[in-house]
Amino acid sequence: MFQPYTWNHVFFMLGGLGTTIWLAAIALVGGSIAGSILALVRVAHNPLLRNAARLYIFVVQGTPLLVTLFIAYFGARWIGIDVAPVVAIAVAFSFYAAAFLGEIWRGAIESVPHGQREGSHALGLSYADAMRFIIVPQAIRIATPPTVGFFVQLIKNTSLASVVGIVELTRTSQIVSNATFKPLDVYLTAATFYFVVCFPLTLLSRYLERRLGTQTK
Amino acid sequence: MDYLDFSGVLARGDLLAKGLLLTAQISLASMVIGLVIGVLSACLTLSGNRLLRIVVLAYIEAIRNTPFIVQVFLIYFGLPALGLRLDPITAAITAMSVYGGAYISEIVRAGIEGINTGQIEAARALGLSGYRTFRHVVLKPALAAVFPSLSAQFILLLLSSSVVSAISVPELTGVGNDIQGMTLRNMEIYLVIAVIYVALVAVLRGLMLGIERWAFSYKFIGR
Repeated sequence: MFQPYTWNHVFFMLGGLGTTIWLAAIALVGGSIAGSILALVRVAHNPLLRNAARLYIFVVQGTPLLVTLFIAYFGARWIGIDVAPVVAIAVAFSFYAAAFLGEIWRGAIESVPHGQREGSHALGLSYADAMRFIIVPQAIRIATPPTVGFFVQLIKNTSLASVVGIVELTRTSQIVSNATFKPLDVYLTAATFYFVVCFPLTLLSRYLERRLGTQTK
Repeated sequence: MDYLDFSGVLARGDLLAKGLLLTAQISLASMVIGLVIGVLSACLTLSGNRLLRIVVLAYIEAIRNTPFIVQVFLIYFGLPALGLRLDPITAAITAMSVYGGAYISEIVRAGIEGINTGQIEAARALGLSGYRTFRHVVLKPALAAVFPSLSAQFILLLLSSSVVSAISVPELTGVGNDIQGMTLRNMEIYLVIAVIYVALVAVLRGLMLGIERWAFSYKFIGR
């Protein structure tokens, strides 16, 4: 006998939405740390480092996220680390986010006019100081809109964690759908939840981009 | 850490080849249909009709702000409630085309908006019909300008095809899940699959560059 689709189910899915946001936030933090290192290595002088970062980005961006998640899920056990699946998945999302954020931020660093770097060099600033005080502060302004845009992608992509059994919004929807046999209503509810979280961020990203566009003109 | 043993996985190379073929087929189909949807929606959002514009913009925002896997579930599990039952492969191609179309539409629209209106006026003044003006003076240069973004979107579409394994489509990832069940060599199979996808992306990237050089050869004169 199927259960009727009730508010209790909706609240259960709302709990799943909490896990979704939490997972996306961890991936954003982890991905930011690894991604900023990756971006700096991508513009470094050492060609070996630079190409290693390029290869990493090529491989991660060329693998479907779902396959990356499978590798992380089974890989943690294979290398002998006994952690909860959700930890392995959060780490995988961070590695995934790093590859994309690294590229976004490299683009931002490179779009700071070259004269800025020459100027800091002429003023006697070291490479690290030039990066820290001159280049990166300007790059952050350029990088903010696409970074917010990528966070939207990240929130949506955490839905794939449902396939490896993480109980986030999509997984709770599957559970409710199986119990009530009302897939259309349940998945429309889930889509609405995602939309309510993602759309304001999309608008924010667009607003920041417009504001940046008028400021630089 | 156990040793990796690829023999069991590689013995099922025929299955992998079938999965690879299906991945290529559904990806190609949805790239073509998605491009058609994208160009049509881009034109509609730029058209004068206010109602059509709102409908198309709602479609684009709805797709871009919800996860692809939920869209796949809605089409495969949800539509039968409205009396439309699709087999997994049709559902997969539908979902991927609708999803890709929303993103492609934004790319094509940016391209069309970049066309100088003076060009269109000149074409009309020279006596080109509305259709020929659109085809040669608007669409072709617009696609030429945004072709790199279009290639990137096609690559994302190819990668998104792995998600349809969740509705039991036997494409590359789906076949991988089957082989994992048969051999229990989970690390090996997903590593092999990852390598195949990376190679596939590299091939698609090369193919798109080739198409760009063939279709918009004038962009490369003197380079």
